[in-house]
Amino acid sequence: MPAKTRYSIFSLVRNAFSYHENWEEAWRSPEPRPEYDVIIVGGGGHGLATAYYLAKEHGITNVAVLEKGWIGGGNTGRNTTVVRSNYLWDESAHLYEHALKLWEGLSQELNFNVMFSQRGLLNLAHSPHEMRGLARRVYALNLNGIDSELLNLEQVRAMCPILNFSPKARYPIYGASLQRRGGVARHDAVAWGYARGADARGVDIIQNCEVTGFQISNGKVHGVETTRGTIRANKVGVVAAGHSSVLADLAGFRLPIQSHPLQAAVSEPVKPILDTVVMSGAVHVYVSQSDKGELVLGAGIDSYNSYSQRGSPKVVEDMFGALVELFPIFSRLKVLRTWGGIVDVCPDASPIIGRTPVEGLYFNCGWGTGGFKATPSSGWVFAHTIANDRPHPLNEAFGLERFSSGHLIDEHGAAAVAH
Amino acid sequence: MLLIPCPFCGPRDESEFGCGGEAHIARPTDTDRLSDADWAAYLFMRKNPKGVHLERWVHRLGCRRWFNLARSTVSHEILAVYKMGDPPPASVAGQEARRT
Ligand SMILES: Cc1cc2nc3c(=O)[nH]c(=O)nc-3n(C[C@H](O)[C@H](O)[C@H](O)COP(=O)(O)OP(=O)(O)OC[C@H]3O[C@@H](n4cnc5c(N)ncnc54)[C@H](O)[C@@H]3O)c2cc1C
Ligand SMILES: [Zn+2]
Repeated sequence: MPAKTRYSIFSLVRNAFSYHENWEEAWRSPEPRPEYDVIIVGGGGHGLATAYYLAKEHGITNVAVLEKGWIGGGNTGRNTTVVRSNYLWDESAHLYEHALKLWEGLSQELNFNVMFSQRGLLNLAHSPHEMRGLARRVYALNLNGIDSELLNLEQVRAMCPILNFSPKARYPIYGASLQRRGGVARHDAVAWGYARGADARGVDIIQNCEVTGFQISNGKVHGVETTRGTIRANKVGVVAAGHSSVLADLAGFRLPIQSHPLQAAVSEPVKPILDTVVMSGAVHVYVSQSDKGELVLGAGIDSYNSYSQRGSPKVVEDMFGALVELFPIFSRLKVLRTWGGIVDVCPDASPIIGRTPVEGLYFNCGWGTGGFKATPSSGWVFAHTIANDRPHPLNEAFGLERFSSGHLIDEHGAAAVAH
Repeated sequence: MLLIPCPFCGPRDESEFGCGGEAHIARPTDTDRLSDADWAAYLFMRKNPKGVHLERWVHRLGCRRWFNLARSTVSHEILAVYKMGDPPPASVAGQEARRT
Protein backbone atom coordinates (compact mmCIF):
# COMPACT_ATOMS: atom_id res chain seq x y z
CA MET A 1 0.00 0.00 0.00
CA PRO A 2 1.59 3.33 -1.04
CA ALA A 3 1.89 5.69 1.90
CA LYS A 4 -0.33 8.75 1.74
CA THR A 5 1.03 12.26 1.44
CA ARG A 6 0.93 13.90 4.84
CA TYR A 7 -1.38 16.89 4.85
CA SER A 8 0.60 19.88 6.10
CA ILE A 9 1.41 23.47 5.29
CA PHE A 10 4.21 22.16 3.02
CA SER A 11 1.97 19.85 0.99
CA LEU A 12 -0.48 22.72 0.72
CA VAL A 13 2.18 25.04 -0.67
CA ARG A 14 3.58 22.34 -2.96
CA ASN A 15 0.15 21.69 -4.42
CA ALA A 16 -0.53 25.38 -4.86
CA PHE A 17 2.09 25.36 -7.65
CA SER A 18 -0.10 23.03 -9.68
CA TYR A 19 -3.28 24.92 -8.87
CA HIS A 20 -4.40 22.16 -6.46
CA GLU A 21 -5.19 19.97 -9.44
CA ASN A 22 -2.85 17.12 -8.55
CA TRP A 23 -3.81 16.14 -5.01
CA GLU A 24 -3.85 12.36 -4.74
CA GLU A 25 -7.23 10.80 -4.02
CA ALA A 26 -7.93 10.42 -0.30
CA TRP A 27 -9.01 6.79 -0.74
CA ARG A 28 -9.13 4.33 -3.62
CA SER A 29 -12.33 2.93 -5.15
CA PRO A 30 -11.35 -0.70 -5.74
CA GLU A 31 -13.51 -3.45 -7.20
CA PRO A 32 -14.71 -5.78 -4.42
CA ARG A 33 -12.56 -8.87 -4.00
CA PRO A 34 -14.31 -12.25 -3.66
CA GLU A 35 -13.23 -12.70 -0.04
CA TYR A 36 -12.13 -10.68 2.99
CA ASP A 37 -11.28 -11.47 6.61
CA VAL A 38 -13.87 -8.96 7.81
CA ILE A 39 -16.71 -7.15 6.04
CA ILE A 40 -18.18 -4.01 7.55
CA VAL A 41 -21.69 -3.18 6.32
CA GLY A 42 -22.34 0.57 6.37
CA GLY A 43 -19.88 3.31 5.49
CA GLY A 44 -20.92 5.90 8.04
CA GLY A 45 -18.51 7.28 10.60
CA HIS A 46 -18.99 4.27 12.87
CA GLY A 47 -18.33 1.69 10.14
CA LEU A 48 -15.27 3.55 8.85
CA ALA A 49 -13.90 4.03 12.38
CA THR A 50 -14.39 0.29 12.98
CA ALA A 51 -12.38 -0.53 9.85
CA TYR A 52 -9.69 1.98 10.82
CA TYR A 53 -9.20 0.53 14.32
CA LEU A 54 -9.38 -3.06 13.01
CA ALA A 55 -6.40 -2.22 10.83
CA LYS A 56 -4.55 0.03 13.23
CA GLU A 57 -5.15 -1.60 16.63
CA HIS A 58 -5.65 -5.23 15.67
CA GLY A 59 -3.57 -5.60 12.50
CA ILE A 60 -6.56 -6.88 10.51
CA THR A 61 -6.22 -5.15 7.15
CA ASN A 62 -7.98 -7.53 4.77
CA VAL A 63 -11.22 -5.63 5.36
CA ALA A 64 -13.95 -4.19 3.14
CA VAL A 65 -16.42 -1.47 4.07
CA LEU A 66 -19.56 -1.88 1.94
CA GLU A 67 -21.71 1.23 1.59
CA LYS A 68 -24.96 1.29 -0.35
CA GLY A 69 -24.68 4.97 -1.23
CA TRP A 70 -21.68 7.19 -0.60
CA ILE A 71 -19.64 7.20 2.60
CA GLY A 72 -20.96 9.57 5.24
CA GLY A 73 -24.21 10.04 3.29
CA GLY A 74 -26.35 8.62 6.11
CA ASN A 75 -26.74 10.11 9.56
CA THR A 76 -23.05 10.95 9.73
CA GLY A 77 -23.51 13.64 7.08
CA ARG A 78 -26.91 14.75 8.38
CA ASN A 79 -26.27 15.24 12.05
CA THR A 80 -25.85 18.43 14.04
CA THR A 81 -22.41 17.36 15.35
CA VAL A 82 -22.85 17.87 19.09
CA VAL A 83 -20.06 16.08 20.96
CA ARG A 84 -20.23 15.57 24.74
CA SER A 85 -19.89 12.80 27.31
CA ASN A 86 -22.33 13.91 30.04
CA TYR A 87 -24.34 10.70 30.34
CA LEU A 88 -25.81 9.52 33.64
CA TRP A 89 -24.91 5.86 34.13
CA ASP A 90 -21.37 4.53 34.59
CA GLU A 91 -21.55 2.31 31.50
CA SER A 92 -22.49 5.15 29.16
CA ALA A 93 -20.33 7.75 30.86
CA HIS A 94 -17.24 5.58 30.28
CA LEU A 95 -18.16 4.76 26.68
CA TYR A 96 -18.83 8.38 25.68
CA GLU A 97 -15.90 9.71 27.69
CA HIS A 98 -13.57 7.32 25.88
CA ALA A 99 -14.89 8.87 22.67
CA LEU A 100 -14.35 12.40 23.95
CA LYS A 101 -10.75 11.57 24.81
CA LEU A 102 -10.20 10.17 21.33
CA TRP A 103 -11.84 13.30 19.83
CA GLU A 104 -9.30 15.44 21.64
CA GLY A 105 -6.47 13.92 19.58
CA LEU A 106 -8.38 12.89 16.47
CA SER A 107 -7.18 15.50 13.97
CA GLN A 108 -3.55 14.59 14.80
CA GLU A 109 -4.28 10.88 14.84
CA LEU A 110 -5.90 10.97 11.39
CA ASN A 111 -3.79 13.79 9.91
CA PHE A 112 -7.15 15.19 8.87
CA ASN A 113 -8.72 18.29 10.39
CA VAL A 114 -12.02 17.20 11.93
CA MET A 115 -12.47 20.75 13.23
CA PHE A 116 -13.23 19.58 16.73
CA SER A 117 -14.14 22.69 18.68
CA GLN A 118 -14.50 22.36 22.45
CA ARG A 119 -16.65 25.42 22.89
CA GLY A 120 -18.60 24.06 25.85
CA LEU A 121 -22.14 22.93 26.03
CA LEU A 122 -25.01 24.17 28.20
CA ASN A 123 -28.04 22.09 29.16
CA LEU A 124 -30.73 24.52 30.34
CA ALA A 125 -33.10 23.85 33.21
CA HIS A 126 -36.52 25.50 33.12
CA SER A 127 -37.84 24.35 36.48
CA PRO A 128 -36.48 23.51 39.94
CA HIS A 129 -37.16 19.83 39.20
CA GLU A 130 -35.12 19.95 36.04
CA MET A 131 -32.37 21.68 37.96
CA ARG A 132 -32.37 18.79 40.43
CA GLY A 133 -32.22 16.28 37.56
CA LEU A 134 -29.22 18.09 36.11
CA ALA A 135 -27.54 18.24 39.53
CA ARG A 136 -27.91 14.49 39.89
CA ARG A 137 -26.27 13.97 36.51
CA VAL A 138 -23.45 16.43 37.22
CA TYR A 139 -22.64 14.71 40.54
CA ALA A 140 -22.72 11.29 38.90
CA LEU A 141 -20.35 12.55 36.20
CA ASN A 142 -17.98 14.08 38.74
CA LEU A 143 -17.87 10.76 40.59
CA ASN A 144 -16.76 9.23 37.30
CA GLY A 145 -14.05 11.86 36.93
CA ILE A 146 -15.77 13.55 34.00
CA ASP A 147 -15.89 17.35 33.77
CA SER A 148 -19.32 18.80 34.31
CA GLU A 149 -20.54 21.67 36.45
CA LEU A 150 -23.74 23.31 37.57
CA LEU A 151 -24.33 26.95 36.72
CA ASN A 152 -26.78 29.25 38.44
CA LEU A 153 -28.80 31.84 36.59
CA GLU A 154 -26.13 34.54 36.79
CA GLN A 155 -23.44 32.21 35.51
CA VAL A 156 -25.62 31.23 32.56
CA ARG A 157 -26.30 34.88 31.83
CA ALA A 158 -22.56 35.63 31.84
CA MET A 159 -21.90 32.82 29.42
CA CYS A 160 -24.77 33.32 27.03
CA PRO A 161 -26.31 36.79 27.46
CA ILE A 162 -28.62 36.53 24.42
CA LEU A 163 -30.91 33.99 26.11
CA ASN A 164 -34.29 35.20 27.29
CA PHE A 165 -33.78 35.69 31.06
CA SER A 166 -37.02 37.55 31.66
CA PRO A 167 -38.89 36.10 34.66
CA LYS A 168 -41.99 36.37 32.46
CA ALA A 169 -40.42 34.23 29.72
CA ARG A 170 -42.50 31.31 28.61
CA TYR A 171 -39.54 29.04 29.42
CA PRO A 172 -37.90 30.70 32.42
CA ILE A 173 -34.27 29.73 32.95
CA TYR A 174 -33.27 28.41 36.38
CA GLY A 175 -29.72 27.42 35.63
CA ALA A 176 -27.83 24.92 33.53
CA SER A 177 -25.25 22.21 33.49
CA LEU A 178 -22.06 22.88 31.58
CA GLN A 179 -19.56 20.51 30.05
CA ARG A 180 -16.63 22.68 28.97
CA ARG A 181 -14.94 19.91 27.00
CA GLY A 182 -18.06 19.38 24.89
CA GLY A 183 -18.56 21.07 21.54
CA VAL A 184 -18.96 20.36 17.86
CA ALA A 185 -16.94 18.85 15.00
CA ARG A 186 -17.08 18.70 11.22
CA HIS A 187 -19.25 15.66 10.38
CA ASP A 188 -18.01 14.91 6.84
CA ALA A 189 -14.40 15.27 7.88
CA VAL A 190 -14.85 12.50 10.43
CA ALA A 191 -16.04 10.08 7.74
CA TRP A 192 -13.36 11.21 5.28
CA GLY A 193 -10.55 11.17 7.83
CA TYR A 194 -11.33 7.64 9.00
CA ALA A 195 -11.83 6.51 5.38
CA ARG A 196 -8.45 7.91 4.35
CA GLY A 197 -6.73 6.38 7.37
CA ALA A 198 -8.37 2.98 6.83
CA ASP A 199 -7.57 3.01 3.11
CA ALA A 200 -3.94 3.84 3.81
CA ARG A 201 -3.77 0.69 5.93
CA GLY A 202 -5.21 -1.49 3.18
CA VAL A 203 -8.96 -1.41 3.82
CA ASP A 204 -11.13 -1.48 0.66
CA ILE A 205 -13.89 1.13 0.75
CA ILE A 206 -16.59 0.09 -1.68
CA GLN A 207 -19.37 2.54 -2.35
CA ASN A 208 -22.61 1.93 -4.28
CA CYS A 209 -22.67 -1.60 -2.93
CA GLU A 210 -25.82 -2.56 -1.03
CA VAL A 211 -25.92 -5.67 1.12
CA THR A 212 -29.09 -7.57 0.20
CA GLY A 213 -28.61 -10.78 2.18
CA PHE A 214 -26.32 -12.88 4.35
CA GLN A 215 -24.85 -16.29 3.64
CA ILE A 216 -25.56 -18.23 6.80
CA SER A 217 -25.22 -21.96 7.35
CA ASN A 218 -25.23 -23.91 10.61
CA GLY A 219 -25.76 -20.68 12.49
CA LYS A 220 -22.54 -19.15 11.13
CA VAL A 221 -22.06 -16.33 8.69
CA HIS A 222 -19.92 -16.95 5.61
CA GLY A 223 -20.47 -13.83 3.55
CA VAL A 224 -22.92 -11.35 2.14
CA GLU A 225 -24.99 -10.95 -1.01
CA THR A 226 -24.64 -7.52 -2.54
CA THR A 227 -25.74 -5.57 -5.57
CA ARG A 228 -22.19 -6.17 -6.80
CA GLY A 229 -22.18 -9.92 -6.23
CA THR A 230 -21.41 -12.32 -3.43
CA ILE A 231 -18.53 -11.44 -1.11
CA ARG A 232 -17.24 -14.01 1.38
CA ALA A 233 -16.05 -13.36 4.93
CA ASN A 234 -16.32 -15.31 8.15
CA LYS A 235 -16.76 -12.14 10.17
CA VAL A 236 -19.30 -9.47 9.29
CA GLY A 237 -19.94 -6.32 11.31
CA VAL A 238 -23.15 -4.40 10.60
CA VAL A 239 -23.25 -0.67 11.37
CA ALA A 240 -26.26 0.47 9.40
CA ALA A 241 -27.99 2.96 11.76
CA GLY A 242 -31.61 3.45 10.55
CA HIS A 243 -31.45 0.27 8.43
CA SER A 244 -30.35 -2.05 11.25
CA SER A 245 -33.74 -3.77 11.57
CA VAL A 246 -33.84 -4.43 7.83
CA LEU A 247 -30.45 -6.16 8.01
CA ALA A 248 -31.37 -8.08 11.20
CA ASP A 249 -34.48 -9.31 9.34
CA LEU A 250 -32.24 -10.59 6.54
CA ALA A 251 -30.10 -12.41 9.12
CA GLY A 252 -33.17 -13.89 10.82
CA PHE A 253 -33.30 -12.27 14.25
CA ARG A 254 -35.15 -9.38 15.84
CA LEU A 255 -34.01 -6.11 17.34
CA PRO A 256 -35.80 -3.81 19.80
CA ILE A 257 -35.23 -0.93 17.41
CA GLN A 258 -37.60 1.50 15.71
CA SER A 259 -36.55 3.74 12.82
CA HIS A 260 -37.74 7.32 13.12
CA PRO A 261 -37.05 10.53 11.20
CA LEU A 262 -34.94 13.07 13.04
CA GLN A 263 -34.88 16.57 11.59
CA ALA A 264 -32.49 19.48 11.70
CA ALA A 265 -32.17 22.92 10.13
CA VAL A 266 -29.70 25.70 9.43
CA SER A 267 -30.34 29.42 9.26
CA GLU A 268 -28.79 31.91 6.90
CA PRO A 269 -25.21 32.71 7.95
CA VAL A 270 -24.66 35.63 10.32
CA LYS A 271 -21.67 37.09 12.15
CA PRO A 272 -20.48 35.28 15.29
CA ILE A 273 -23.17 35.54 17.96
CA LEU A 274 -23.20 32.21 19.79
CA ASP A 275 -19.88 30.79 20.98
CA THR A 276 -21.17 27.70 22.78
CA VAL A 277 -23.79 24.99 22.31
CA VAL A 278 -27.13 25.53 24.05
CA MET A 279 -29.64 22.75 24.49
CA SER A 280 -32.98 22.48 26.20
CA GLY A 281 -34.37 19.03 26.72
CA ALA A 282 -37.66 20.32 28.04
CA VAL A 283 -38.60 22.44 25.03
CA HIS A 284 -36.96 20.28 22.35
CA VAL A 285 -34.40 22.49 20.73
CA TYR A 286 -30.64 22.87 20.65
CA VAL A 287 -28.46 25.29 18.74
CA SER A 288 -24.86 26.07 17.89
CA GLN A 289 -23.25 28.33 15.31
CA SER A 290 -21.19 26.80 12.51
CA ASP A 291 -17.88 28.24 11.34
CA LYS A 292 -19.73 29.49 8.27
CA GLY A 293 -22.04 31.49 10.54
CA GLU A 294 -25.21 29.44 10.16
CA LEU A 295 -27.18 28.52 13.25
CA VAL A 296 -27.39 24.74 13.37
CA LEU A 297 -30.63 23.61 14.99
CA GLY A 298 -32.03 20.26 15.92
CA ALA A 299 -35.38 18.96 17.10
CA GLY A 300 -36.83 15.79 18.60
CA ILE A 301 -37.83 12.75 16.53
CA ASP A 302 -41.05 12.37 14.57
CA SER A 303 -43.35 10.00 16.43
CA TYR A 304 -43.93 7.47 13.62
CA ASN A 305 -41.67 4.86 12.00
CA SER A 306 -40.18 5.89 8.70
CA TYR A 307 -37.39 5.19 6.24
CA SER A 308 -38.08 8.24 4.10
CA GLN A 309 -35.37 10.62 5.41
CA ARG A 310 -37.96 13.32 5.87
CA GLY A 311 -40.33 14.17 8.69
CA SER A 312 -43.33 16.39 9.29
CA PRO A 313 -43.15 20.22 9.25
CA LYS A 314 -44.89 20.27 12.63
CA VAL A 315 -41.75 19.04 14.38
CA VAL A 316 -39.54 21.72 12.83
CA GLU A 317 -42.17 24.36 13.49
CA ASP A 318 -42.21 23.44 17.19
CA MET A 319 -38.42 23.58 17.20
CA PHE A 320 -38.40 27.11 15.72
CA GLY A 321 -41.08 28.13 18.21
CA ALA A 322 -38.93 26.98 21.12
CA LEU A 323 -35.85 28.63 19.62
CA VAL A 324 -37.36 32.10 19.33
CA GLU A 325 -38.81 31.84 22.83
CA LEU A 326 -35.33 31.10 24.18
CA PHE A 327 -33.49 33.50 21.85
CA PRO A 328 -35.80 36.36 20.84
CA ILE A 329 -32.86 37.85 18.91
CA PHE A 330 -33.05 35.00 16.37
CA SER A 331 -36.69 35.62 15.48
CA ARG A 332 -35.98 37.40 12.19
CA LEU A 333 -33.38 34.99 10.86
CA LYS A 334 -34.30 33.12 7.71
CA VAL A 335 -34.11 29.37 7.43
CA LEU A 336 -31.78 28.12 4.73
CA ARG A 337 -32.78 24.47 4.72
CA THR A 338 -34.19 21.63 6.79
CA TRP A 339 -33.54 17.92 6.35
CA GLY A 340 -33.99 14.59 8.06
CA GLY A 341 -32.12 11.40 8.77
CA ILE A 342 -33.43 8.02 9.90
CA VAL A 343 -32.34 7.18 13.41
CA ASP A 344 -32.37 3.76 15.09
CA VAL A 345 -34.13 4.31 18.40
CA CYS A 346 -33.60 1.81 21.21
CA PRO A 347 -36.03 1.47 24.19
CA ASP A 348 -33.40 2.55 26.74
CA ALA A 349 -31.79 5.23 24.51
CA SER A 350 -28.50 3.30 24.59
CA PRO A 351 -26.72 1.51 21.76
CA ILE A 352 -26.52 -2.23 21.09
CA ILE A 353 -22.93 -3.32 20.38
CA GLY A 354 -21.90 -6.93 20.30
CA ARG A 355 -22.46 -10.45 19.11
CA THR A 356 -25.73 -11.69 17.63
CA PRO A 357 -27.49 -15.06 17.51
CA VAL A 358 -25.50 -15.73 14.29
CA GLU A 359 -21.86 -16.71 14.86
CA GLY A 360 -19.40 -14.32 13.24
CA LEU A 361 -22.08 -11.67 12.75
CA TYR A 362 -21.82 -8.57 14.92
CA PHE A 363 -24.17 -5.60 15.19
CA ASN A 364 -23.49 -2.04 16.28
CA CYS A 365 -26.71 -0.04 16.27
CA GLY A 366 -29.34 1.72 18.34
CA TRP A 367 -27.32 4.94 18.64
CA GLY A 368 -30.52 6.76 17.74
CA THR A 369 -30.38 10.51 17.96
CA GLY A 370 -26.93 10.74 19.53
CA GLY A 371 -24.23 8.53 18.06
CA PHE A 372 -22.05 11.03 16.23
CA LYS A 373 -20.25 12.01 19.42
CA ALA A 374 -19.45 8.35 20.03
CA THR A 375 -18.00 7.66 16.57
CA PRO A 376 -14.41 7.11 17.76
CA SER A 377 -15.21 4.85 20.72
CA SER A 378 -17.95 3.02 18.84
CA GLY A 379 -15.41 2.07 16.17
CA TRP A 380 -12.82 1.33 18.86
CA VAL A 381 -14.94 -1.12 20.85
CA PHE A 382 -16.60 -2.67 17.80
CA ALA A 383 -13.21 -3.40 16.21
CA HIS A 384 -12.16 -5.05 19.47
CA THR A 385 -15.40 -7.08 19.59
CA ILE A 386 -14.97 -8.32 16.02
CA ALA A 387 -11.24 -9.02 16.33
CA ASN A 388 -11.56 -10.99 19.58
CA ASP A 389 -15.09 -12.35 19.22
CA ARG A 390 -15.93 -10.85 22.60
CA PRO A 391 -16.75 -7.34 23.78
CA HIS A 392 -14.28 -4.78 25.07
CA PRO A 393 -14.91 -3.95 28.77
CA LEU A 394 -16.37 -0.64 27.59
CA ASN A 395 -19.18 -2.30 25.58
CA GLU A 396 -19.76 -5.41 27.68
CA ALA A 397 -22.95 -3.97 29.17
CA PHE A 398 -24.32 -2.97 25.75
CA GLY A 399 -25.12 -6.43 24.37
CA LEU A 400 -28.48 -7.49 22.95
CA GLU A 401 -28.83 -9.81 26.00
CA ARG A 402 -29.67 -6.87 28.22
CA PHE A 403 -33.24 -6.88 26.95
CA SER A 404 -33.87 -10.34 28.39
CA SER A 405 -31.64 -9.96 31.46
CA GLY A 406 -33.33 -6.68 32.33
CA HIS A 407 -30.09 -4.72 32.66
CA LEU A 408 -31.26 -1.76 30.61
CA ILE A 409 -29.14 1.39 30.55
CA ASP A 410 -31.78 4.09 30.66
CA GLU A 411 -30.29 7.26 29.22
CA HIS A 412 -33.50 9.06 28.27
CA GLY A 413 -32.54 11.97 30.49
CA ALA A 414 -29.16 12.43 28.85
CA ALA A 415 -30.02 11.35 25.33
CA ALA A 416 -33.65 11.92 24.47
CA VAL A 417 -33.71 15.38 22.95
CA ALA A 418 -30.29 16.78 23.65
CA HIS A 419 -28.31 14.89 21.03
CA MET B 1 -47.47 16.21 7.20
CA LEU B 2 -49.80 13.22 7.32
CA LEU B 3 -53.52 13.60 6.67
CA ILE B 4 -54.96 10.87 8.87
CA PRO B 5 -58.45 9.51 8.26
CA CYS B 6 -59.88 8.99 11.74
CA PRO B 7 -62.55 6.29 11.38
CA PHE B 8 -64.80 8.34 13.68
CA CYS B 9 -64.15 11.96 12.62
CA GLY B 10 -62.80 11.76 9.08
CA PRO B 11 -59.55 13.18 7.70
CA ARG B 12 -57.63 15.39 10.12
CA ASP B 13 -54.20 16.89 10.40
CA GLU B 14 -51.43 14.73 11.88
CA SER B 15 -50.86 17.22 14.68
CA GLU B 16 -54.17 16.13 16.27
CA PHE B 17 -52.93 12.55 16.66
CA GLY B 18 -50.53 10.52 18.72
CA CYS B 19 -48.74 7.47 17.35
CA GLY B 20 -48.82 4.38 19.55
CA GLY B 21 -46.44 2.15 17.59
CA GLU B 22 -46.87 -1.44 16.41
CA ALA B 23 -50.43 -2.81 16.47
CA HIS B 24 -51.68 -6.30 17.32
CA ILE B 25 -49.26 -7.03 20.18
CA ALA B 26 -51.06 -9.38 22.53
CA ARG B 27 -50.02 -9.51 26.15
CA PRO B 28 -48.94 -13.07 26.96
CA THR B 29 -51.41 -14.87 29.22
CA ASP B 30 -49.16 -17.55 30.73
CA THR B 31 -46.96 -14.95 32.43
CA ASP B 32 -45.91 -17.16 35.33
CA ARG B 33 -44.27 -19.58 32.92
CA LEU B 34 -42.92 -17.08 30.40
CA SER B 35 -39.17 -17.25 29.71
CA ASP B 36 -37.00 -14.14 29.91
CA ALA B 37 -36.57 -14.27 26.13
CA ASP B 38 -40.35 -14.32 25.63
CA TRP B 39 -40.74 -11.40 28.01
CA ALA B 40 -38.09 -9.52 26.04
CA ALA B 41 -39.92 -10.30 22.80
CA TYR B 42 -43.19 -8.99 24.21
CA LEU B 43 -41.78 -5.90 25.90
CA PHE B 44 -39.03 -4.76 23.55
CA MET B 45 -38.78 -6.54 20.20
CA ARG B 46 -40.69 -4.66 17.53
CA LYS B 47 -41.43 -4.94 13.85
CA ASN B 48 -39.69 -2.18 11.98
CA PRO B 49 -40.44 -2.91 8.33
CA LYS B 50 -39.25 -0.89 5.39
CA GLY B 51 -42.66 -1.17 3.79
CA VAL B 52 -46.16 -1.62 5.19
CA HIS B 53 -46.41 -1.10 8.96
CA LEU B 54 -49.52 -1.89 11.00
CA GLU B 55 -49.69 0.67 13.80
CA ARG B 56 -51.96 2.23 16.41
CA TRP B 57 -52.88 5.88 16.49
CA VAL B 58 -55.00 7.92 18.90
CA HIS B 59 -57.03 10.96 17.91
CA ARG B 60 -55.68 12.84 20.90
CA LEU B 61 -57.13 16.28 20.17
CA GLY B 62 -60.37 14.94 18.65
CA CYS B 63 -62.58 12.03 19.61
CA ARG B 64 -59.69 10.60 21.72
CA ARG B 65 -60.30 7.13 20.39
CA TRP B 66 -57.69 4.60 19.27
CA PHE B 67 -57.66 2.89 15.87
CA ASN B 68 -55.27 1.01 13.56
CA LEU B 69 -53.53 2.24 10.42
CA ALA B 70 -51.66 0.38 7.69
CA ARG B 71 -49.05 2.83 6.43
CA SER B 72 -46.00 2.66 4.21
CA THR B 73 -42.86 3.63 6.08
CA VAL B 74 -41.23 4.58 2.77
CA SER B 75 -43.84 6.73 0.99
CA HIS B 76 -45.93 7.46 4.14
CA GLU B 77 -49.03 6.49 2.10
CA ILE B 78 -51.91 5.36 4.33
CA LEU B 79 -53.21 2.09 2.87
CA ALA B 80 -55.99 1.19 5.30
CA VAL B 81 -57.72 2.32 8.48
CA TYR B 82 -59.49 -0.16 10.74
CA LYS B 83 -60.85 -0.37 14.24
CA MET B 84 -59.10 -1.64 17.35
CA GLY B 85 -59.64 -5.35 17.72
CA ASP B 86 -60.27 -5.86 14.00
CA PRO B 87 -57.77 -7.86 11.98
CA PRO B 88 -55.94 -6.00 9.19
CA PRO B 89 -57.99 -5.84 5.96
CA ALA B 90 -57.21 -8.52 3.38
CA SER B 91 -55.76 -5.87 1.06
CA VAL B 92 -52.81 -5.27 3.40
CA ALA B 93 -52.58 -8.47 5.44
CA GLY B 94 -49.31 -10.27 4.79
CA GLN B 95 -47.82 -7.28 3.01
CA GLU B 96 -45.77 -6.13 5.94
CA ALA B 97 -42.48 -7.48 4.72
CA ARG B 98 -43.02 -6.33 1.16
CA ARG B 99 -41.27 -3.14 0.20
CA THR B 100 -43.38 -0.40 -1.29
C1 LIG C 1 -30.77 15.34 12.17
C2 LIG C 1 -29.83 14.55 13.04
C3 LIG C 1 -29.12 15.19 14.05
C4 LIG C 1 -28.25 14.49 14.85
N1 LIG C 1 -27.51 15.16 15.77
C5 LIG C 1 -26.57 14.53 16.50
C6 LIG C 1 -25.73 15.27 17.36
O1 LIG C 1 -25.80 16.50 17.46
N2 LIG C 1 -24.80 14.59 18.09
C7 LIG C 1 -24.68 13.23 18.01
O2 LIG C 1 -23.85 12.67 18.72
N3 LIG C 1 -25.46 12.49 17.17
C8 LIG C 1 -26.40 13.11 16.40
N4 LIG C 1 -27.20 12.40 15.54
C9 LIG C 1 -27.08 10.93 15.48
C10 LIG C 1 -25.89 10.51 14.65
O3 LIG C 1 -25.95 11.13 13.39
C11 LIG C 1 -25.86 9.00 14.44
O4 LIG C 1 -26.07 8.31 15.66
C12 LIG C 1 -24.52 8.55 13.89
O5 LIG C 1 -24.09 9.40 12.87
C13 LIG C 1 -24.63 7.15 13.38
O6 LIG C 1 -23.47 6.84 12.67
P1 LIG C 1 -23.42 5.58 11.76
O7 LIG C 1 -22.10 5.59 11.10
O8 LIG C 1 -23.79 4.39 12.56
O9 LIG C 1 -24.65 5.79 10.76
P2 LIG C 1 -24.74 6.36 9.28
O10 LIG C 1 -23.87 7.51 9.04
O11 LIG C 1 -26.20 6.50 8.99
O12 LIG C 1 -24.14 5.15 8.47
C14 LIG C 1 -24.86 3.96 8.19
C15 LIG C 1 -24.58 3.65 6.74
O13 LIG C 1 -25.08 2.35 6.44
C16 LIG C 1 -25.47 2.36 5.10
N5 LIG C 1 -26.32 1.22 4.84
C17 LIG C 1 -27.58 0.99 5.31
N6 LIG C 1 -28.06 -0.18 4.83
C18 LIG C 1 -27.07 -0.71 4.06
C19 LIG C 1 -26.96 -1.92 3.29
N7 LIG C 1 -27.97 -2.81 3.22
N8 LIG C 1 -25.81 -2.15 2.61
C20 LIG C 1 -24.78 -1.24 2.65
N9 LIG C 1 -24.83 -0.09 3.37
C21 LIG C 1 -25.97 0.16 4.06
C22 LIG C 1 -26.17 3.70 4.94
O14 LIG C 1 -26.24 4.11 3.59
C23 LIG C 1 -25.30 4.62 5.79
O15 LIG C 1 -24.33 5.33 5.06
C24 LIG C 1 -28.10 13.08 14.69
C25 LIG C 1 -28.81 12.42 13.69
C26 LIG C 1 -29.66 13.15 12.85
C27 LIG C 1 -30.39 12.42 11.77
ZN1 LIG D 1 -61.47 11.06 15.79
